[in-house]
Amino acid sequence: MTKAFITPSGITRATLIKDLRLEWRSKDAINAMLFFALLVVVIFSFSFDPTAEESRHIAGGLIWVAFLFAAVVALNQTWARELRNQVLDAYRVSPAPPNALFMAKTLGNFIFVSVLEALMAPLFVIFYNLRVIGSFPQLLLLTLLGTWALVVNGTFFAAMSLRTRSREIMLPLLLFPISIPAIIGMVNGTTAILTGEDSALFWLVLLATYDLVFTTGSLLLFPTVLHAE
Amino acid sequence: MAESAATIVSITGLVKQFGRFAALRNVAAEFLPQRMYAILGDNGAGKTTLLRSLAGLVQPTRGSIKILGGTPREVCADLGYMAHPTLLYDEMSGMENLRYFAKLYGISDEVRCADLIRAVKLDPELSRPVGQYSQGMRQRMSLARALLNNPKILLLDEPFSNVDMRSAREMVELLSRLRGEGKTIFIVTHQASLLEGVADEFVWMDSGRIVARTRTFDEGLSRD
Repeated sequence: MTKAFITPSGITRATLIKDLRLEWRSKDAINAMLFFALLVVVIFSFSFDPTAEESRHIAGGLIWVAFLFAAVVALNQTWARELRNQVLDAYRVSPAPPNALFMAKTLGNFIFVSVLEALMAPLFVIFYNLRVIGSFPQLLLLTLLGTWALVVNGTFFAAMSLRTRSREIMLPLLLFPISIPAIIGMVNGTTAILTGEDSALFWLVLLATYDLVFTTGSLLLFPTVLHAE
Repeated sequence: MAESAATIVSITGLVKQFGRFAALRNVAAEFLPQRMYAILGDNGAGKTTLLRSLAGLVQPTRGSIKILGGTPREVCADLGYMAHPTLLYDEMSGMENLRYFAKLYGISDEVRCADLIRAVKLDPELSRPVGQYSQGMRQRMSLARALLNNPKILLLDEPFSNVDMRSAREMVELLSRLRGEGKTIFIVTHQASLLEGVADEFVWMDSGRIVARTRTFDEGLSRD
């Protein structure tokens, strides 16, 4: 038997590949997210019918609300998959480090939500007649930081609510309040970049700090969450 | 109870409560290496909770478990656990499942995965997802997963349920061979007759306690 050392990065990679493969076969998360985000875009577009100038001021909020709600669908799916046939127990009895699992799940969700954002962005531009006046690289950086803030907390709280009876309800209840600072950063930063009126630097620093704090906190607490009964 | 040198598993004053319900009540026992133990009892007797405690999946409310001198979490690399559910991903093939779970133990040997699938009389080339297997095939694949890390101690929960008689006997033969190779095996089952003449000891549980340990199944049935 060829035995190698257990490296957290190796297990993260194996788990991430496994999750991407499962998602590719079932398309559970990505289909549900796309459908949900698409509905939000269309409904908001017909409800408000804003001018191009108005759009730039409200689009930050609309975009992130759509992504936040759609992301919850993917976040619930990630762990639900591990509950079928109690597969999570196979991980819990193994010597694999818990944080390798957490990082794989977070990276997987980051990829799913990023794909969603990439697919939805052109639709937002068309429906809301958007044009970026500020710096595009800044918008890209803000999107990456904002997406990580959503998925790192979402993955952690989805794991926490895993054993609760109504976990689909529990996740938004836990996630949304704790995400408020990040949402403020994402919305204001996006608006600042789209309108070009203010600097988005403060919001970028806020999001980077938020990501650092919550990624560290989640990594410290996840082993306890995984082995909780 | 003093822990003897030969003891591989030692349980002392084990209590497990779920809320106000006590699933295990002051269980104390010692088990020797290279033996096959059949754990029997009615539904709700505490068999599965005892097995999950040995696997480290359930934390004791009181008492302790020592396996190979450590806690179950400390020696998890030497444990193989097969639960009542399969612990397999339905959307992946048997080989894909084993390949992934092997990596959790730092094993990157595809030949071992294929050999284990053959050992439980399945085909490693089968590309069908596990979700399309029959219940018996899933049980056997689940056993293969539990054997991946070549564990010193095997913990099996209802391994023969929904398995046809011939396959069940083949599984018993395989387990008997593994015991001969030095593994200690705990089997929770309702089909104790399959282990008659094979298991070294029958451990009888009732209401969260070990109430008897017998050498034969019949001896246990005729107790009291």
